[in-house]
Amino acid sequence: MASIVSYGSYIPRYRIKAEEIARIWGENPDNIKNGLMVYSKSVPAPDEDVLTISTEAARNAINRWGKENRKKIGAIYVGSESHPYAVKPTASILVESLGLDYNIMAADYEFACKAGTAAIQNVIGLVDSDMIEYGMAIGADTSQGAPGDALEYSASAGGTAFIIGKKGIADINKTYSFTTDTPDFWRREGEKYPSHGGRFTGEPAYFKHILTAAKKMMELMNTKPEDYDYAVFHQPNGKFPTRAAKMLGFKDSQIEEGLMTPYIGNTYSNSMMIGLSAILDKAEPGDRILAVAFGSGAGSDAFDITVNDSIKSFNRSSAPTVRKQLENPIWIDYAYYVKFRKKIIMRGD
Amino acid sequence: MRDVYIIGVGTTKFGELWDKSLRDLATEAGLKAITDAGIYSEDVNALYGANTSAGQFIDQEHIASLIADAAGLSELGIPSIRIEAGSASGGAALHEAYLAVASGKYDTVVVGGVEKMTDVPPEEANKIVGGSLDAEWETFFGVTEASLAAMIAKRLEYEGKMKREDYAHIPVVSHKHGSMNETSHFRNSIKLEDVLKASYVAQPLTIFDCAPLSDGASAIVISSNRQLINSSENPVKIVSSEISTDYLSLHDRTSIYSLNAFKRSSKKALESAKISKEKVDVLELHDSYSIIGLLQLMELYGEKEAMNLVRNEELYWDKSRPTNTSGGLKAHGNPLGATGIYQAVEATLQLRGKAGQRQVKGAKYVLLHNMGGIGATSVSTVLGVE
Repeated sequence: MASIVSYGSYIPRYRIKAEEIARIWGENPDNIKNGLMVYSKSVPAPDEDVLTISTEAARNAINRWGKENRKKIGAIYVGSESHPYAVKPTASILVESLGLDYNIMAADYEFACKAGTAAIQNVIGLVDSDMIEYGMAIGADTSQGAPGDALEYSASAGGTAFIIGKKGIADINKTYSFTTDTPDFWRREGEKYPSHGGRFTGEPAYFKHILTAAKKMMELMNTKPEDYDYAVFHQPNGKFPTRAAKMLGFKDSQIEEGLMTPYIGNTYSNSMMIGLSAILDKAEPGDRILAVAFGSGAGSDAFDITVNDSIKSFNRSSAPTVRKQLENPIWIDYAYYVKFRKKIIMRGD
Repeated sequence: MRDVYIIGVGTTKFGELWDKSLRDLATEAGLKAITDAGIYSEDVNALYGANTSAGQFIDQEHIASLIADAAGLSELGIPSIRIEAGSASGGAALHEAYLAVASGKYDTVVVGGVEKMTDVPPEEANKIVGGSLDAEWETFFGVTEASLAAMIAKRLEYEGKMKREDYAHIPVVSHKHGSMNETSHFRNSIKLEDVLKASYVAQPLTIFDCAPLSDGASAIVISSNRQLINSSENPVKIVSSEISTDYLSLHDRTSIYSLNAFKRSSKKALESAKISKEKVDVLELHDSYSIIGLLQLMELYGEKEAMNLVRNEELYWDKSRPTNTSGGLKAHGNPLGATGIYQAVEATLQLRGKAGQRQVKGAKYVLLHNMGGIGATSVSTVLGVE
């Protein structure tokens, strides 16, 4: 059975508060904070992109595992909807930046916010079929929100890397996916900002897929919400996963640990993955986790995970925890934000 | 003119009905109305369909023919006519159908209204809604319906005619009533402070001051066929129906907040019905915007009494002037073409004594007002039972 061998996350240190964005657009910040449950979000520095964020997250995962092991990685897949290049893989640059062996399968994945978990599933398949011993799956984004759009309050940046092998710290008991053609959110080639269908992104998209995948997983595993110590769902904002959890019968105490979006925003391909990473920062042997990602367009990937005894000897402290990375943010105003996110039209643009 | 009765009503739920198309909605409402009337499709002499902007919302014109086809009525070859008058399309279709039956041309007619608004992004939908305004003199300059309503609110506050809290009360009443209506788009009650603190659509109007974009369809069967009327359980009489128009652009009117078309149509409708406004037991107003809802009360009852009704909370179903017992456009929803027809459905339920929790005791007369744009078309209809 495939297992999470190591993990690591990275969140850019720059942050902007909902109040600051609301100030510019004449919105009542309380409506954003209460309505979306997003209080602040991470902002990538001008020299950060999906490649640098993936590198940071992957280095954290490798540091916990042991640097000497990295040459054993036989596949690397990076899921994102903000790859630096339209044509030229992020994964191949990561092979170089992480010092991986050149005898490696590598590719970039895209499935809106669940490209990273699609990468996990593919690595699971390669490990279970003995095609590779270890594989790395990364979900990272520097997501885009058009100025003035509701997405501007949440679209943020971050990344998480999982190393998957046969013997690890958390066994992946099962994975299940549910996919339909649901056009709730999209960005066409060459467009700077995504479009979305307003509330169509809610019931027929997010909730339908998350709830179906979660219920089906529990049916396949013959489990109930109370059988899980933790649950983590894709987090486009704080409100949706909280409501989905309630609809499924989970308690707040089961989702609190993995609920990161209220503080760092929606990191898209990293959204559920960083929640899982935060849970693994704290998990004990025997803890059971239900993790469900959602990608617009649309689909959900569900994972049933059990943390095993190996977590006791696992070197978690060799990389900063997710919550550690919430500390010491550098708060920026909207002017810095538009500069960092390259929203200012420069001479020659 | 012959007496005309509503002998059957039907409606879909209003809301964001992602899994239903325009033809699904229209057929569902129409068949419910025919079933409710206890008649067969062969009894129907004509269809009148109200629709505001299907051409822009779903790239579909020729709606009347489509609905007849989708409802399985094409075999009959009966006339099927679309009526468009902005968001007053429903009221206008009812008016035209009423005249056709009253004149003796047809005996029994199905009048339906339908709109499918959520197949386009909200910003596109808002632009389409603005199509009821003057394209050359208003929308070209960036004006939207909400911004006009906001300007009216600002002016009325500036002139000291009302306070912000006064018109914020209108959606509070609508939501209370909507919470008691199972076909409502929104079934939650709200408080005055919710309206005041919500996000702005056009300052000072917040999202709770503005009716939503809804999908939905409603239909009624009207008839002068004595046999069908007698076999119908609770026929409701169309006592009067009047349409009036005003200058399309607000700047051409006598004042920015005059609703002359409503003033004229409601006056004529009450006169034709030979009843005073005090005899109206239930009022269904076109509360597309809270301020516009309050303005209609002012036009009907005068400024002082309208303010007293609002400030003394007399608009609830169990108080002296039950208004928008359906939930109004704000809570029950505003699928443009269907809106005016649903008002007639609600009135019929009230007059039959079948409005459930929100039933107004002993209701005999209902005055409906369906409005196009910001008052350029007004249809006032009086329904009643003897």
